Amino acid sequence: MSTAYALPKDLSRATVVNTASLIRIVALSLISGAAIASRLFAVINFESIIHEFDPWFNYRATRVLASKGFYEFWNWFDPTAWYPLGRVVGGTIYPGLMATSGVIYNVLHYFNLPVDIRNICVLLAPGFSALTAWATYMFTKELKDESAGLLAAAFIGIVPGYISRSVAGSYDNEAIAIFLLMFTFYLWIKALKAGSAFFGTCAAVFYFYMVAAWGGYAFITNMIPVHAMVLILMGRYSSRLYVAYSSWYAVGTLSSMQVPFVGFQPVRTSEHMAALGVFGLLQIIAFAQLVRSHVSSKQFNNLLFYGVIVLGVGGVGAVVGLTYAGWIAPWTGRFYSLWDTGYAKKYIPIIASVSEHQPTAWPSFFMDLQLLVFLFPAGVVLCFKELRDEHVFVIIYAIVASYFAGVMVRLMLTLTPCVCVASAIALSTLMDTYIDPVQPEADEDETAQSDAGDSVSGSSATGSISGAAPKKAKKLAAAAVAAPPSANPLAELVGAATGGPRMKKGVWGFDTRFTVLLHTFGMLAFFVMHCTYVTSSAYSSPSVVLASTSPDGSPHIIDDFREAYYWLRQNTKEDAVVMSWWDYGYQIAGMADRPTLVDNNTWNNTHIATVGKAMSSSEEVAYPILRAHDVDYVLVIFGGLLGYSGDDINKFLWMIRIAQGVWPEEVQEANYFTPGGEYRVDERASKIMKESLMYKMSYYRFTELYGANPAQDRVRQQTIPKPSPTLDYLDEAFTSENWIVRIYQVKKEDHLGRDIKSANAFEGGKKRKRGRPAVGRRRAMQ
Amino acid sequence: MPPKAPTRPATRSPITSLLKAYSEQTPDRLKFIDAFLVFLMLSGVAQFLYCILVTNYPFNAFLAGFSSNVGQFVLTASLRSQVNPQNRTEFKDVSPERAFADFALGSIVLHFFVFNFLG
Repeated sequence: MSTAYALPKDLSRATVVNTASLIRIVALSLISGAAIASRLFAVINFESIIHEFDPWFNYRATRVLASKGFYEFWNWFDPTAWYPLGRVVGGTIYPGLMATSGVIYNVLHYFNLPVDIRNICVLLAPGFSALTAWATYMFTKELKDESAGLLAAAFIGIVPGYISRSVAGSYDNEAIAIFLLMFTFYLWIKALKAGSAFFGTCAAVFYFYMVAAWGGYAFITNMIPVHAMVLILMGRYSSRLYVAYSSWYAVGTLSSMQVPFVGFQPVRTSEHMAALGVFGLLQIIAFAQLVRSHVSSKQFNNLLFYGVIVLGVGGVGAVVGLTYAGWIAPWTGRFYSLWDTGYAKKYIPIIASVSEHQPTAWPSFFMDLQLLVFLFPAGVVLCFKELRDEHVFVIIYAIVASYFAGVMVRLMLTLTPCVCVASAIALSTLMDTYIDPVQPEADEDETAQSDAGDSVSGSSATGSISGAAPKKAKKLAAAAVAAPPSANPLAELVGAATGGPRMKKGVWGFDTRFTVLLHTFGMLAFFVMHCTYVTSSAYSSPSVVLASTSPDGSPHIIDDFREAYYWLRQNTKEDAVVMSWWDYGYQIAGMADRPTLVDNNTWNNTHIATVGKAMSSSEEVAYPILRAHDVDYVLVIFGGLLGYSGDDINKFLWMIRIAQGVWPEEVQEANYFTPGGEYRVDERASKIMKESLMYKMSYYRFTELYGANPAQDRVRQQTIPKPSPTLDYLDEAFTSENWIVRIYQVKKEDHLGRDIKSANAFEGGKKRKRGRPAVGRRRAMQ
Repeated sequence: MPPKAPTRPATRSPITSLLKAYSEQTPDRLKFIDAFLVFLMLSGVAQFLYCILVTNYPFNAFLAGFSSNVGQFVLTASLRSQVNPQNRTEFKDVSPERAFADFALGSIVLHFFVFNFLG
């Protein structure tokens, strides 16, 4: 047996094992460092703040937890959200994220490290991404070996698909959820492999943590049963499967019901019925196995077999029947829209209105995963080749998550770990094949080819079954015994180049191996560059401040949001109610600290529709709505001056649609279009559009900015008609520097009891129309 | 879940032979575990009947009690299959002592949640 390149000879096995584990530790710490460091672009470029909309609520809740303690947080009723209604926060959130930060906060303070809770919240996601890398390492180690595990950890440490939801400052549930997902899956695989109730219980406990952390726990709730079911159907039932699944399900389901937001759902809703069904089926099968072990009649076994089928079908029928009878709640809209992709748009516009709920385009797969996209299928195929129980899991995970990621952009996040694992398996198999120094003996020219093929598959198979460290040691020992004396790589290279008698076709020489590996490392280097580039350019911008560049190239920060929110915080009464579209609810509550009508937790569609109706109707119609809800200020986002496209005029159609769903007679989408069916804001805009509160609030005094020039809306690229809209029932209270945030104060009723429009007309010096008033004098007074 | 004997066509001889084989082949330890399993099953059936026939009003209490039964049942059944000498080949990593420790830990965790859920 010859080798392709020189191997050190006098190494003891212990040295090799120790060195390998040292290298693994160093590599894992470097990967953690890279995972943390690549998420800090936003903190370094801007500042350490919370980014998007949802994290502002999490941050606010965490502050309550940190300042008032856990019990106050658990029973927290927030009277400022959903203004007239209030919100029972303890029962409507997943408290895992806040509890985690609270624990970290208290631990650090116990050790006299007085870190501000905001910094803990900002840096939680990078910290947990390092843990995710470690969990992925452990998971992949169970599938192949440590070297594949390291590759997977390196992939998930920097892959943009995961960074996008876990940059510093993105204090969202996904920050810890992906770690919990991977670790729960790792424990499940471990439990299944060993048949250990201990790991099953651990999986259940981490499943509980996952349930407490993220609504996506339903993914685990269905992945594990599907895996178990497929194993049963493949005829791979074993007592280990019974032990692992039963201990996971019994403890996990009961523990998941402790989270108040989940409540009795695990026994009442369709999402959780797969787990229950497989649990029941496993009990039946286990009992059948027990009986089979005592009785050996073939006919009897057949009867049992049919009995199992009948009971399984009966169980499914019972679940279906209970669903129809109303005992088990059918799928919720959010979940159902994953299967019927047209469902949300038709029936629940509020789900369809979120940009993350759109289908994924191909470019975003390449942007988020780059190289991993095309290594991923190869890794899945390699899983098929080996097909142990845990490989079945990865295959199912790959199929299911790929489908979901194709349906919805935000579910790319659950696909990413699987892609990293499968790609790492593929790439590590490739490297195993080409780094493996074993050369075939050059005896006969005819058999060389077939020998080559055999030994490749043989070596890769042995490589992945046994652990890497002992394998490496064995290989080194074998090589040390059999190494040829002239094993200098350079000499080998020269020998290969001159075409010595040993040359065979195939990838045996040092040069060919070197070429393949060079390409591999080149691709990996490009992957690192791509990830860093995408992270820094696309995913590291806090949406609170907008960054732009001046004409001379210097960065320019547009900070209108905080300007306006702090204006609200400092210049309005403590209990002044602010109405805005629901996107900004959390930010107003977090930064301006004022009660809001609606916020990002869209639990009450009618209330949101009320706001949509107020925004989309004329002032006369909107004013009673505003007064009835005690609204003091109305806040709109307007990007027409700056070209900020995510403003309220562009979201206006969703407000109309949501309002139309509740009041189809009063608000009709078609009225806001031109007769030609266009959505315009210039002089061709429809009359109802021009009279809507949103239009007036957005373009109030806008034309004055331009003097005599035509007023150009830079988002819509349309000219706003000259007589600027007038407001009778609202006063402009504040407009930020770049006109992005405009705040209007709602006028109180007129002192003399006139309606405000005529009072304004009177003060404006307009003559009242002569002639008989349209309504009786008494009625007009009211 | 296990009572499935009535669902298949009950020919007498298989059942009697089954019982006979069971009592002859099963070690005493496993019979002891089986007795506990039967007790858990009866207790679960009783609770379920109470829930169906009388009331399910403190639903969390019912769920806690019932899942305590079910959970303990499956954990005990897991222990049974782990210590079963016939399954020695399947559970290479789990010695009977280890299995019992796992069982104890699982039961403690389960009953922590049961008592928490009992309210």
